[in-house]
Amino acid sequence: MIKFILNDQLVETSVLPTTVLLDFIRKEKKLTATKEGCREGDCGACTVLVGEVTGNRVKYKSVNSCLMPISDANAKHIVTVEGVSNSVLTPIQEAMVDEGGTQCGFCTPGFIVSMTGYFLNHDKFEIDKAVDSIGGNICRCTGYAGIKRALEKANVTFSGNGSQAKTHLEKLITNKFVPQYFRDIPKRLKQIPAIPTKVKSKVVIAGGTDLYVQKWEELVRSNVDFISADEKLKGIVKTKNRIRIGGAATIEEIKNSSLLQRIFPHWDEYFNLFGSMPIRNRATVGGNIVNASPIADTVNILLALDAVVHLRNGKKNREVALKNFYKGYKTLDKKPDEIIEAVSFNVPSKNFFFNFEKISKRTFLDIASVNSSIYLELTKGKISVVHISAGGVAPVPLYLAKTCKFLKTKSVNTETVLTAASISQTEISPISDARGSAEYKRLLLRQLIYAHFVKLFPEQIELPVPNTNERD
Amino acid sequence: MNYLSQIQTREIDLSNTDSIRHVRGESLFIDDVTLPEGVLYGYVYYSPIAHGKIQKLDFSSALKSEGVKGVFSAKDIPGENQIGGIVPDENLFAEDTVHFIGHPIALVVADSLIHAHDAVKKIKSEFKKLPAIFDPRQAAKKNELIVPPRTFEIGNIENAWSSCDYIVEDSIESGGQEHLYLETQGSVAIPIEGGGIKIISATQGPTAVQRTAARVLALPMHKVEVDVARLGGGFGGKEDQATPWAVMAALAAYKLNVAVKLVLPRQEDIRMTGKRHPYSSDFKIGLNKEGKILAYQATFYQNAGAAADLSPAILDRTLFHCTNSYFIPNVRATALSCRTNLPPFTAFRGFGGPQGMFVIESAIYKAAQIMGIDPSVIQKKNLLIEGDDFPYGQKVIQPHAEKCFYEIETRFNKNEIYRNVKEFNSENKLVKKGVAVMPVCFGISFTTTFLNQASALVHIYTDGSVNISTAAVEMGQGVNAKLRIIAAKSLSISEKRIKIDSTNTSRISNTSPTAASKGADLNGFAIIDACKILTERLRKVAAEELKTDSHSQIEIQDETIYKDGEKTDLTFDQLILTAYRNRISLTAQAHHSTPDIYFDTKTNKGKPFAYHVYGTAIVEVTLDCLRGTYQFDSVKVVHDFGGSIDKVVDLGQTEGGIAQGIGWMTMEELIWNGEGKLLTDALSTYKVPDVHFVPKEIKVHFLENVPNPFGPLNSKAVGEPPFMYGIGAYFALLNAMRAFKPDLEIKFSAPLTPEKVLLSLYS
Repeated sequence: MIKFILNDQLVETSVLPTTVLLDFIRKEKKLTATKEGCREGDCGACTVLVGEVTGNRVKYKSVNSCLMPISDANAKHIVTVEGVSNSVLTPIQEAMVDEGGTQCGFCTPGFIVSMTGYFLNHDKFEIDKAVDSIGGNICRCTGYAGIKRALEKANVTFSGNGSQAKTHLEKLITNKFVPQYFRDIPKRLKQIPAIPTKVKSKVVIAGGTDLYVQKWEELVRSNVDFISADEKLKGIVKTKNRIRIGGAATIEEIKNSSLLQRIFPHWDEYFNLFGSMPIRNRATVGGNIVNASPIADTVNILLALDAVVHLRNGKKNREVALKNFYKGYKTLDKKPDEIIEAVSFNVPSKNFFFNFEKISKRTFLDIASVNSSIYLELTKGKISVVHISAGGVAPVPLYLAKTCKFLKTKSVNTETVLTAASISQTEISPISDARGSAEYKRLLLRQLIYAHFVKLFPEQIELPVPNTNERD
Repeated sequence: MNYLSQIQTREIDLSNTDSIRHVRGESLFIDDVTLPEGVLYGYVYYSPIAHGKIQKLDFSSALKSEGVKGVFSAKDIPGENQIGGIVPDENLFAEDTVHFIGHPIALVVADSLIHAHDAVKKIKSEFKKLPAIFDPRQAAKKNELIVPPRTFEIGNIENAWSSCDYIVEDSIESGGQEHLYLETQGSVAIPIEGGGIKIISATQGPTAVQRTAARVLALPMHKVEVDVARLGGGFGGKEDQATPWAVMAALAAYKLNVAVKLVLPRQEDIRMTGKRHPYSSDFKIGLNKEGKILAYQATFYQNAGAAADLSPAILDRTLFHCTNSYFIPNVRATALSCRTNLPPFTAFRGFGGPQGMFVIESAIYKAAQIMGIDPSVIQKKNLLIEGDDFPYGQKVIQPHAEKCFYEIETRFNKNEIYRNVKEFNSENKLVKKGVAVMPVCFGISFTTTFLNQASALVHIYTDGSVNISTAAVEMGQGVNAKLRIIAAKSLSISEKRIKIDSTNTSRISNTSPTAASKGADLNGFAIIDACKILTERLRKVAAEELKTDSHSQIEIQDETIYKDGEKTDLTFDQLILTAYRNRISLTAQAHHSTPDIYFDTKTNKGKPFAYHVYGTAIVEVTLDCLRGTYQFDSVKVVHDFGGSIDKVVDLGQTEGGIAQGIGWMTMEELIWNGEGKLLTDALSTYKVPDVHFVPKEIKVHFLENVPNPFGPLNSKAVGEPPFMYGIGAYFALLNAMRAFKPDLEIKFSAPLTPEKVLLSLYS
């Protein structure tokens, strides 16, 4: 039996745990505001909020309900547009009407949900962060201008009133951003027991953000196990000189980890380029690793951190260096009954440099044409440690061993960089596909290796420029 | 009298605003409609090859599959297996030959979508492959033309070349574009008594669905009712191509006598439906030293796909807009609609106009490059002025081309933008900026003259609420909002009283599709006429009630009745009740057709357009020359909306059109493999603008004091013209690339993806 609160109603259901949350909401519950736009997490028309108790409050995340098994809704508060609507328009709804943020209306509920999620999670308004919150929502009509105006306008109501409210939630209720019933949700959620996790079946689902894209019709009729709620697989911790990330840690948790943000200055920005917030809220690092996509972004970063994969089979544990984990296209050094318990890497030394580059047709919410990460340590002006990864240029997420070997002991200068980039070309075998021609991917990797050094050592690198004559 | 006293008058707030329902998630789309008991679900089986003979088609396993109620193909059609609109060249289901990957062959109907899909996978088929053509020039060489070539001509092009100081030629490609309406194609068909069918469809052309369903089912049109509440985006993609799915559902519903729902999953939609036409074109342009364009010759090879669909009409509009906002005295433009083995390409915002404009702008760009001047110098010198001739013979009247262009210079400080860009570029090595100006002139009317008609049916009920039906389909363009305003002004009552009803073929007959940006114009005028009839009647009733001889002494204003300019105690509600009691009809119907338009397709001369819309944009971009990625900084527009009826709607149409236009020019890329299989057939591979991609700033200035006598309430149509501002993005980007690489070899080929940018920067 799966129990959760859908808007203000307690739901108890015995549908198959693999049932797609979107289908349950629309077909079983006849709540049709949440739309199916693509069933691959790329449009956001199906966005709902998933609220989870932490302490005495509920933290809300936006997710794509088309990729979420209902099992993971257990003990959660699921919010659709029907659940935020009052007898009057919420300030967000009103702003969307006034500013022309809605035209055909099909994507609109998803936007309203994402925007509501932003205000639930932030007590201080920042337009860039607010815009990021709708990064997973596609609108084909408005050009987003009216939607951005609506965000600003909703904030006028939010920031202008209710400063005397005791809590952030009370302020939102006072300003009618959410209905009164939100107040009792923490209490109500606490009464719902968790479902114990187990791993017995052949198919194990963590975030499901790729499996549900590939074969949802199969999954909804399969027996699978769910591990995303397994606390043992969560967490990002520092032990001695290593950092360990649980296999079911979500990408958003990794992105927002204050531990990692303190170490890597631009950590947050790198992960902005990974999917969208609703995807990152569900996708896990373990999933990203086993999915074995040659352009997996998190894997790309972890390769440059020389990470180790911790595998578990019942009580047996095993470790494999990530760079040795991939044996061929979508083939892994992993037995069917092993799961990824964690991934770990060394805490960087004091003199380290790190950079991540990703190029895709669309900068955000897109899959890389080519991505690359670099980790580098300098000792007395020479490169002492270096790891570079490259995605989208081989059947597997690639570790550029030869290029790294060349760079070791070299000093950072233009010539070194040009040579390293040309050595990288001998390690890759890109193919032409929807993400670009082989020729383009080759050129891209060269440029990204340049970009690493231009970004990290702007004073030391002078790239040749085609022709600097000024044109009239 | 007894009965009447029971009718209460009350405060009415029907909350009939679409946008309010949208934000509350209360608007119902096809997939949201409550379905009749026992409804079945359809899934389409289609050709896996681009061209070939069907040698074997075996449905036996599919029929035995769980939950399956039927499989329907060409042989099950009681009427004609024909869905072609302009040219009867397209089957609902393939007969013996398949013509493109995605060509529908059969419809499987089952008790659930998953069961229907399971069964589709069990269909066994064999094909004999035939040679396939994907390139329009190759099709033209083999004379695979949909219709004979069309040529528009003015002046004497042969004589003109000799007086030109500069003559420039080139070839140019523009890619197709997936509509990516957020709501995929869909319909529900419900059998009704007497052997008829009711179809709930997401179509821009209810009558096309009705007519085609009747044709395929061998029914008279009066037995087919089509109802359209709204569309989750159309952009032209549901003008002609909503029809097959509605008709398939109708066929299965008719055969099984049970309701059938057919909503295409996203990937199936992208694979099977047509898109904006890719074009391959040649141009030759001649100018004098001053930059005056003296001669322009262009040949357009339109990739029409496997059937005519709307291609011939789209081809015409390419020719109508081949000179954009410019007067050119000598023009010869030829267009060929080329048959290939791709899904039939179809209407998409701009309807061939953007493809034509991209070519003339490229010609100007290349000429400017050779003359060593900025393209905007040539653009400005050749703008249309009063009395000029379009290549199709229509006289230019009340043009605002210069006004818009000049306002870009003054209001948005064009020269300062150019200076800043130059300064930025001299200070930055690996990041460059580019700027370009894009004027637009777009003709308003269906160029197929007979389509320029519409009708409205206005009911006033005894409680004073008003219900209006027209031929217009709401798809996000805000036509309902505009029609409500027009009706409220025409009846001089509060908008709150008015509801715009669904578009229904039983209420409104013989509808023209909601297209060509003409929805609000045609249907708005029809509403004005119907409301005039009602107002006349009501004034007569009021005159009688207020005991005056002539109704000319009566005025109805803001729901108040005036006699000889004096306010009376008679309320609007009382007036309505009185009219009813006096047995006066509170229903009016009116038909409108655009006056004074005509076009002779033999001479290709006439006055096809009621009027033109003008505007100019200035587009600024920043290019990362290390990575080949770019961000549009701003698009600033001066646009001629006439007297805007609804500024929120008009602004939204402009901003949305710009984003879509920039998408077409830059990022949206259809890639087919050598077998004619679309590789970018999902949202993960076909990328449309997201919130981060769109220009950081879009500023739209509404050109002032430009009432349009040819539009309802002096307004102008708005749907399509702003799309073409996106073309400016291409040239801004090209300028940024040239700032990095002055000897850049310019190859006009849209979309200008990050891939093309990077490859040309480092080739």
